[in-house]
Amino acid sequence: MLNITCPFCGEREELEFSCGGEAHIVRPLAENSITDAEFADYLFLRDNPKGVFLERWRHASGCRRWFNMVRDTVSHEIIEIYPMGAMPKSKQGLAAYKASWRRHTAAEAAAKPQKKGK
Amino acid sequence: MAQDLNRGRTGLPGGKPKYSIFSLARNAASYHQDWQRAWRAPDPKKEYDVVIVGGGGHGLATAYYLASVHGLTNIAVVEKGWLGGGNTGRNTTIIRSNYMWDESAAIYDHALKLWEGLSQDLNFNLMFSQRGVLTIAHSWGELREMSRRVHAIRLNGIDSDVLSPEEIKKKVPLINIDPSIRYPVMGGFLQKRGGTARHDAVAWGYARAADDLGVDIIQNCEVTGMIRKGGAIAGLETTRGTIKAKKVGVVVAGHCSVLGEMADIRLPIASRPLQALVSEPIKPELDTVIMSNAVHMYISQSDKGEMVLGAGVDKYNSYAQRGSFPVPEHMIAAAVELFPILSRLRMLRHWGGIVDTCPDASPIISKTDVQGLYFNCGWGTGGFKATPGSGHVFADLIANDRPNKIAAPYALDRFQTGLLIDEHGAAGVAH
Repeated sequence: MLNITCPFCGEREELEFSCGGEAHIVRPLAENSITDAEFADYLFLRDNPKGVFLERWRHASGCRRWFNMVRDTVSHEIIEIYPMGAMPKSKQGLAAYKASWRRHTAAEAAAKPQKKGK
Repeated sequence: MAQDLNRGRTGLPGGKPKYSIFSLARNAASYHQDWQRAWRAPDPKKEYDVVIVGGGGHGLATAYYLASVHGLTNIAVVEKGWLGGGNTGRNTTIIRSNYMWDESAAIYDHALKLWEGLSQDLNFNLMFSQRGVLTIAHSWGELREMSRRVHAIRLNGIDSDVLSPEEIKKKVPLINIDPSIRYPVMGGFLQKRGGTARHDAVAWGYARAADDLGVDIIQNCEVTGMIRKGGAIAGLETTRGTIKAKKVGVVVAGHCSVLGEMADIRLPIASRPLQALVSEPIKPELDTVIMSNAVHMYISQSDKGEMVLGAGVDKYNSYAQRGSFPVPEHMIAAAVELFPILSRLRMLRHWGGIVDTCPDASPIISKTDVQGLYFNCGWGTGGFKATPGSGHVFADLIANDRPNKIAAPYALDRFQTGLLIDEHGAAGVAH
């Protein structure tokens, strides 16, 4: 069983938490400009790595707040816990963030605020 | 009740030399020292027409039907471990086809009809036992929803009956129908044609019959890369060298995302642990499979006498073939309340397998963007029951390069069109 350190409440048993799956998925704002297939990348396709994985967790039976976690899906080691909206600080976490295929999808590009001019 | 007894394809070749009472007697005379090998252990050839990745039940069934139905013989099955050592050897062996949606009913009942003649087809005793699968309801709401589902299932010609608590008690004397328990038994529904089969025998039976038809079964051979040429599959890199292939069918559980990644194919899959356990063996006490959706447990008694219990999936992604203790603990609490005698039993073994779950809890049987590369994966928590049907329709897809009517709804593009087959808990236990 995982012992998870909630950033707000401290270390608790896994039983108190729910797992929200892959982290850093952003909704495409310019959804009219992308195809159904590209929207499916956002809606259905999920990173499922064997190794370092960035995921969201929620302290469901505690403070009910969300946070991010870098965890190894083979050893179950929790490498880092960091706030929602932030980037991972650990070397493995940052590398996994950059290596994800999602960084190159049209859905994620369409999630960035549109630049004016140009 | 409409029961279509046409089992699809029967009288298929494969499965020689025959096992019989005479061969048993003959081999008893030599102290069982001279049984022939059930399948060869060949070295991989340089090139095959079709390579199947994954030597579990589904992969071996695919190879067998490619050889027996479609007449292809230059086939290899590559398996990174040993035959049936993944989820084929880790499930709770339950077989049923009482699914609600038409698409699910079609594939799972196709499988059930093949199960009914499979021991004969393969000349291998799969110990297939149609002992009935009984799903329990614990509230009025659940019972009403169950009745609605039963009618939908019957409209697809699949047998399904609602039982009262008294009828359940008569069928399963061990069960506690006291209305004062936390989750009382309010009723249930039974599929009489459902049951169990010996899971290892399924892998062995298919392997033996496929081998007899010339299929090379290559164990301890892990795929490390996919070779593509101009948008088409050309072969596989494996731990036992490069194998060229005109077509590749990936039939793996647990690692389909890893294999997809090798060919830049993204899948909507989350790999999660699913746990099960068995008790010490006891005398025959339970001749039905019992499932409960609300408290999430399923139980049957194996032919060895062990009580076989299965839990729900763990909540996080994992490739570790083990899960967290609270999951089986929760299931055991529910099982002990329904079957108080279980509290006196000791646990014998407990294990986990990695299941590939889809957002709509239905499998993927599909062509891909790479010509000649096919995927059959994402069976989640309920793949064992579908083994023959899955292999049968996947072999058809690979041989003809187009899905048949049963396989077509399971194509990958359903996640773009939105035509999902939403089977979350639609029958039996929640996925």
